[in-house]
Amino acid sequence: MKFTWFNLMPWPYLPDDFREKHRSVWVDIDSRLFDPAKSHEVYNSYMDMLEYAGTLGFDGIGVNEHHQNGYGIMPSPNIIAAGLARRTSDVGLVVLGNSIALYNPPVRVAEEFAMLDCISGGRLVAGFPVGTSMDTNYCYGQIPALTREKYQEAHDLIRRAWSDPDPFAWNGRYNKLRHVNIWPRPIQDPPPIHIPGGGSVETYDFCIDNTYSYSYLSFSGYIRAKALMQGYWDRVAQRNAPDESPYRAGFAQTICVADTDEEAERLYSEHVSYFYNRCLHVYGGFADAPGYRTIKTIQTGALSQYAPPIGGYSELTWKDLIEQGHVIAGSPETVRQRMEDLIKGLNVGNIFCLLHVGNMPMDKCMHSTKLFAEKVMPHLRGMFPDYKDDNRFWCKPLAKRVKPGSLPAEKEIAAMVGGKD
Amino acid sequence: METKTIETHHVPVRYFEGGKGEPLVFLHGAGGVTAEDPFLAKLAEKYHVYAPLLPGYGDSQECGELREMLDITLHTWDVVAALGLKDPILVGHSMGGMIAAEMAAIAPNDVSRLGLICPAGLWLDDHPIPDIFAMLPYELPAVLFHDVAAGTALMTAGVALDDPEWLKGFLVQNARQLGMAGKILFPVPDRGLSQRLYRVKAKTVLVWGDGDKLIAPVYAHSWKKAIAGAELVSIPEAGHLMTLEKPGHVAAALAKLG
Repeated sequence: MKFTWFNLMPWPYLPDDFREKHRSVWVDIDSRLFDPAKSHEVYNSYMDMLEYAGTLGFDGIGVNEHHQNGYGIMPSPNIIAAGLARRTSDVGLVVLGNSIALYNPPVRVAEEFAMLDCISGGRLVAGFPVGTSMDTNYCYGQIPALTREKYQEAHDLIRRAWSDPDPFAWNGRYNKLRHVNIWPRPIQDPPPIHIPGGGSVETYDFCIDNTYSYSYLSFSGYIRAKALMQGYWDRVAQRNAPDESPYRAGFAQTICVADTDEEAERLYSEHVSYFYNRCLHVYGGFADAPGYRTIKTIQTGALSQYAPPIGGYSELTWKDLIEQGHVIAGSPETVRQRMEDLIKGLNVGNIFCLLHVGNMPMDKCMHSTKLFAEKVMPHLRGMFPDYKDDNRFWCKPLAKRVKPGSLPAEKEIAAMVGGKD
Repeated sequence: METKTIETHHVPVRYFEGGKGEPLVFLHGAGGVTAEDPFLAKLAEKYHVYAPLLPGYGDSQECGELREMLDITLHTWDVVAALGLKDPILVGHSMGGMIAAEMAAIAPNDVSRLGLICPAGLWLDDHPIPDIFAMLPYELPAVLFHDVAAGTALMTAGVALDDPEWLKGFLVQNARQLGMAGKILFPVPDRGLSQRLYRVKAKTVLVWGDGDKLIAPVYAHSWKKAIAGAELVSIPEAGHLMTLEKPGHVAAALAKLG
């Protein structure tokens, strides 16, 4: 199993009446709700948390990209990942990911991911999302019906920029570059690639054909994800993929651990409610620009993953959220059982653990994270013995890596350059 | 109106045809047009009307090859040629007006009469056009109609939001139609037309509803300034969908084209 501690970086100061007074947490969210001075502490404590998780035995620490978004203050995950690369030494850096159609030219992603891979000693796990409609179309102005074609071209360009040892010309429809020759090049050839998807057959095939891991980053939990993930595995079988390794898939799950089930509710319910009621309060007009999803995807009946359950989240109590699997919460034993159901039920080897939820303060987050790492994770490690050596979808760091801060002492410098001490 | 199909270089095109008189080509707006449209019926009283659907509209075939303004402009010229028409009266509503104006700018010697009904294609920073791509269906009547209550009744006839099959059909239609419209209207409906309008030689009539809340009447003046000799006809108590609200008035205004 590969466990990634994943942080969305929500803004923790959305007001109590956010739902009533504001129409959306995303795209046109009121900028006056953002306080730059407060964000100094928010960013740094979130980065501290990611680094802390890196010391507890998680395989990866994860960041992602959103724009103009009150539950994700990370328009550039690469900036966060660069900070983490310096302050961690062994853990995988999961950047899930860069919305590659948004970078102009997309070789920028090839370059920045290469830098992250080099700085971290080959610890990068790369993600190439199409990007949500909110980010890609409404915030970044991409034409919905052309987004996927542009994404595909960006993907092909990045892969070639990583692998072609010689300068080449790229005469694409969306990118014209006479001299592509990125410098630096990534350590990993190539870094493992994960593709977040929302149920389209095209994305299933794209992952199968390229040996990429398909990840479903939903907030509605493992029970509702069953049909979508089954669709993926059916497709894997249909397309005669060489194996059904669980590492071909990943899933994001909100998780809260406490000493007992009751304690979990007492400690975390207000933060879970903050997330589902305020952070997911997205105006429906921004959920899905016409043309963004393919006709085929709409016809399969997959609703946008941002479509709230009928009646909205506000009607869901803690009990509903737990029973319907949106959130896995409780004692280590309860969480372990539910995680087993999730892992077996969806056949997923990569788990993106959403252990920071909404406006959860750091002490509670550390408590939940530590309990998960020490009392849950070890029991789930050996779930797929047949595939324990399948490392195709994970990073392969250099055996020998430098430690940051390893400059010689000033004293030695003086001796080396012949100065007098 | 009869529903017909004609072959073009890129894709077979659906069109509605009816009426007797001089040939008139009508290009619909982002909402599309049907064979039962009251405005087409009104035009057919005086003209031989051809109303082609942009690929993806109605039951017409989609066309991935059409990606940008020039593609769509030339494709629409292909349609006119395929219909065997030469210098028809060219009329467009909203997005269709934008396409018609592009056609007249790119081939000024081939269009001698141009009717533009609250066309899209220009952008004034002080008067941003509401983003129809970010609106929920129930929000549209307020920007599309002068008489919002009547407009709402018109738009919600036959709507069954609680029926999943209806909803799926609606989402597919939206993806096909507005997905296509987005290629020239999203996220800002300006593809540089203002730099080309000086080329238009056609006798031009602009028709605008006084109550247009989508493309405000102030835009009419920018159009009038950009096309030499253009005549503006304002229609009182009419919104952006004035072809539905005041079909007779709009047709009468176009009669000024001769």
